[in-house]
Amino acid sequence: MPTASVPARRQSSKVRRQRLRAAWLFLIPMLVVLAAVAGWPLVRTIWFSFTDASFSSISEYGWVGFENYLVYDDGMWFGVLADPAWWQAVWNTLFFTVVSVGAETILGLIIALTLNARFRGRGWVRAAVLIPWAIPTIVSAKMWGWMLHDQFGIINDLLMTLGIIAEPLNWTANADLSMWAVIMVDVWKTTPFMALLALAALQMLPSDCYEAAKVDGINPVRVFFKVTLPLITPALMVAIIFRVLDALRVFDVIYVLTSNSEDTMSMSVYARQQLVQFQDVGYGSAASTVLFMIIALATITYLYLGRKQIGGEA
Amino acid sequence: MACVELKNINKTFGNEEILPCVNLRIEDGEFVVFVGPSGCGKSTMLRLIAGLEDPTGGDIEIDGRVVTEESPKERGVGMVFQSYALYPHMTVYENIAFGLKLGTANKSRIREWVEKTAEVLQLEKLLERKPRELSGGQRQRVAIGRAMAREPKIMLFDEPLSNLDASLRVQMRTEIAKLHDRLQSTMIYVTHDQVEAMTLADKIVVLNRGNVEQVGTPYELYEHPASLFVAGFIGSPRMNLMPGRIAGATGGASTQVEVGGLGTLTMNRTSDGLTPGDAVTVGVRPEHFRLELSGPDRGLEVVNVEYLGNEAYVYIELPAMDELMVVRQPVPCEICPGQRVELGTDADLVHVFDHTGRALPAFTPQPEAAGVAEAANR
Amino acid sequence: MNVRLLKKIAGKVGFAVLLLAILLFTVFPFYYAILTSFKSGSELFTVDYWISSFDFANYAAVLGQGSFVKSIWNSVLVSLATVLIAMGFGLTAAYALGRVQFRGRSAVLMIVLGVSMFPQVAVLSGLFEVIRAMNLYNDPLALIFSYTIFTLPFTVWILTTFMRQLPKELEEAAIVDGASPITTLFKVFIPLMWPAMATTGLLAFIAAWNEFLFALTFTLTDDQRTVPVAIALITGGSQHELPWGNLMAASVIVTVPLVVLVLIFQRRIVSGLTAGAVKG
Repeated sequence: MPTASVPARRQSSKVRRQRLRAAWLFLIPMLVVLAAVAGWPLVRTIWFSFTDASFSSISEYGWVGFENYLVYDDGMWFGVLADPAWWQAVWNTLFFTVVSVGAETILGLIIALTLNARFRGRGWVRAAVLIPWAIPTIVSAKMWGWMLHDQFGIINDLLMTLGIIAEPLNWTANADLSMWAVIMVDVWKTTPFMALLALAALQMLPSDCYEAAKVDGINPVRVFFKVTLPLITPALMVAIIFRVLDALRVFDVIYVLTSNSEDTMSMSVYARQQLVQFQDVGYGSAASTVLFMIIALATITYLYLGRKQIGGEA
Repeated sequence: MACVELKNINKTFGNEEILPCVNLRIEDGEFVVFVGPSGCGKSTMLRLIAGLEDPTGGDIEIDGRVVTEESPKERGVGMVFQSYALYPHMTVYENIAFGLKLGTANKSRIREWVEKTAEVLQLEKLLERKPRELSGGQRQRVAIGRAMAREPKIMLFDEPLSNLDASLRVQMRTEIAKLHDRLQSTMIYVTHDQVEAMTLADKIVVLNRGNVEQVGTPYELYEHPASLFVAGFIGSPRMNLMPGRIAGATGGASTQVEVGGLGTLTMNRTSDGLTPGDAVTVGVRPEHFRLELSGPDRGLEVVNVEYLGNEAYVYIELPAMDELMVVRQPVPCEICPGQRVELGTDADLVHVFDHTGRALPAFTPQPEAAGVAEAANR
Repeated sequence: MNVRLLKKIAGKVGFAVLLLAILLFTVFPFYYAILTSFKSGSELFTVDYWISSFDFANYAAVLGQGSFVKSIWNSVLVSLATVLIAMGFGLTAAYALGRVQFRGRSAVLMIVLGVSMFPQVAVLSGLFEVIRAMNLYNDPLALIFSYTIFTLPFTVWILTTFMRQLPKELEEAAIVDGASPITTLFKVFIPLMWPAMATTGLLAFIAAWNEFLFALTFTLTDDQRTVPVAIALITGGSQHELPWGNLMAASVIVTVPLVVLVLIFQRRIVSGLTAGAVKG
């Protein structure tokens, strides 16, 4: 059969065009809503960061340029970027993120490996593991606040009974301990998320390589590090990145457990304090914008690395 | 009732050309089967006719009208999918009625249609069931019922029986054949199973890597395969394909081919354009060999004998061939492995393919050349 | 032989201890909250490990406060409305993103994912201005509006994943039957998506129920608050005089429905979480 030259690309058929039209019709309401609740407010926040707007009279403001970020005045640096409290908040947030996500990953893996074994009542244990995840952050912060109470808290009582400490510790107020208290609560609350994602990844692993390892008589610990961990790393990385992005914007747990204490203040707590408590919308917006930039950078890095996974299939 | 015509159809996905350029005509009321190995483009061709896929180039006509841009509904096609694709949440009645309800027909008319369809397919007692409460064969019948409810001009079947077990497949095959006799509508059926193709089709289209290798009746395909591919694809066990060499061409009307281990065969084939020494492939179907035991120093060695009950397959080693040669023998078969045999065949039943894979056409004597042909034919 | 048996027993015991530790770690704080909620007066100031008394005084006190009951209703209303809105926009968008190939599809997916990563505080002042402009300050409606920022992207993302899993042939069968995309979505897909919608709805509900920052910032008076804010703002005279009994009773009241939901739907929740996060 003679191969005729391929004709020029044609218009797609009616069905295809109808589907494309429907797709955009279906998407536009969602995009409009997203623009209204996220896009526009973000633009306004960035705008406010260049003004001196205040919370009580948000419609009256003057343009101040970069003053909220950094300004040199009278031999002194002012602005968010010159505020030691901001840098303390940045450090607190990063410390919190690294330590709590790290601890959650390790604990989550341990729980996932345990739940991956077959035993009676596994469904119930798995359900029990989900409980902390379902409890509102505020409630868990309060619950732990009570357990960590300096005078009547059960944790001090327990530690003293066991002879680990001699006298009650003031967990939430002590500058050396309060960050650890916050991390403790966060780890408790979000380890289930990690555990369940790790468990799901574990359950998708092919069983034949384990059987091969078993037949070869390889030590289970070695199997974990040489076989299991590399195989679940991709799934685990996604979970870790989700958690990192979440931890970078932490607010609730810190605000409720230690309120506006500088020792634990995160970037979000700092920005909200400026915005609402000090009523300085311009300055607070500048802090929010910097926080947004940091998270955007992390997100873009992640999207760039995970691009293939998102656009690739279907 | 409709005829379908594909004109210069090209289909490309990304950089991959699935169908380079297909021209095909399907007559009104025909049962046409597209057959070929997986990835040959047969399903793509069906989906192009259905309107589920847009051609990259070319046009599709139904009854002489260009329908390339029309929806499946406008084309008047019904389709049966490999996985049935029944709506799981709807009863059998609702499944069949779904397409009708989207039309303009009123309720009582729809009921009438559905009941008529159900009667044809013996689904009357199942109308209120959900798909998951049905057996594989019943689901398949519902899928057919849904496809035919709107009385489509063309019914399309995409490997409809491949999810059924062997005995049910034979039964459903008969039912589909009966349905075609009854409805007389144009049916296009895709399968990779040559038995389905041979038993169902008025016309078979053999596809290979997006190219139409041959279009013809089952008889034509089996008796006169146009290419090496068709020869190897149709028939089970496969046709024996042996390397050969043109030994002598006597002016176009007859051809002598030398095959290692078989000797020289003289055949009634035109050999225009071939010169002695050219490599060709010689094909002989397993049932077209005669076997005779030969002495220990002559003939070819029998490697294996498979006894199938109604017949036996004798496997013979031919030095020039990579694969073993298969010969079909009636039972009881007295040949044993290790014996040596002499092969014989009738030259009329031998197929010859040139180096491009095309079959050498049989010589049809022209009136004025008849005498010459006679003379040349020994 | 004996060594092997001993090893086996040690393994079993070790596993049981590990399991017990996990259960203690996850369940104990909630158990302790329940325990505390049944205590009153000076009982609060002695540490107990077992529930000894069943005193419902704290519950009576909390539920006797009109504003707390009102805040429960606010939470229910806000969470349900948020879920419904997210579902409405999310299902149609998920159909487009999950089932139609079009240029710009991955860009839209990126936007959706990007918005779900937004730090809430970054839109706080902008949203505050919008809410003031719409005259919704100190109104639960403002929360419904603002919660859409996290429930909608999340709903779209998970429903898209589920939508993709539906067989392609089902949609093609509908096309051959002459169904338009809208008919296909509503008559064929949505009836099949109930389990996925239940999962997604539940996750969105929990997210909205637990939200704190917007609720804290956009409401002012006791009777407009949602429960997380109401609980966070339960105060006594000073830090040391917090009414812990009442606080724990209130915590248990708002948590028990969630825990029950989670126990019932745990399988669905796990599938939803993994659909949202694990992708290969």
